[in-house]
Amino acid sequence: MQVSVQEDPFDLGAVSAAFASGHKDMGAIVTFTGIVRDLPDDPLQAMEIEHYPGMTEAALRQMAETAIERFSLGDALVIHRYGRLTPGEMIMMVATAARHRKDAFEAAEFLMDYLKSRAPFWKREITDKGAEWVASKDEDEDALARW
Amino acid sequence: MDVLYFAWVRERIGLPREKVQTDAATVADLVAELRLREDRYDIAFSDLSSLRVAVDQELADFDTPLAGVREVAFFPPMTGG
Repeated sequence: MQVSVQEDPFDLGAVSAAFASGHKDMGAIVTFTGIVRDLPDDPLQAMEIEHYPGMTEAALRQMAETAIERFSLGDALVIHRYGRLTPGEMIMMVATAARHRKDAFEAAEFLMDYLKSRAPFWKREITDKGAEWVASKDEDEDALARW
Repeated sequence: MDVLYFAWVRERIGLPREKVQTDAATVADLVAELRLREDRYDIAFSDLSSLRVAVDQELADFDTPLAGVREVAFFPPMTGG
């Protein structure tokens, strides 16, 4: 299991290849990557991400451990960045390794749903109009109900 | 104990963390004490439904007891991913 909370960019190809190469008994690898999306009506200059050092790492480790147990994963990886990011940059990724694809896909969705509303990160969008904290969405909270 | 603030809670109160001497029995009691201090605290804590709390770095409820607790953090709902 690998969990990283970092300011620096990560190399999606290198991380994915390294993750996939270590699991001969796992037939399915799923990776998901989140990208900073520009805003159609109000161009985004930057997205700033704040987090709670210490709690963030512990929360992510706990989520990854739960996913490994629940979906019988061979391995799981979570990388999440903080600091100032610009549109097109990668914010985060998860990777899951399972014997079969269903568990790998479901575990990745499970991790994403929990990351959205249970990991202590806060996003702020900087546009020409100023800076605004991103509000949480009810649908993100609702998404946890299916697990 | 250490009290930490994140995101717009930090901005409204004007600092990221502080030491607080308190005999508050629960998180809710601590909030009530802080609100009496100054307007900026009163405003930041005016709507508890828009706030979340962590006690010793674990998500918790406002009725969580504070006996033996070292760190309490207040912040808005999280927006990771």
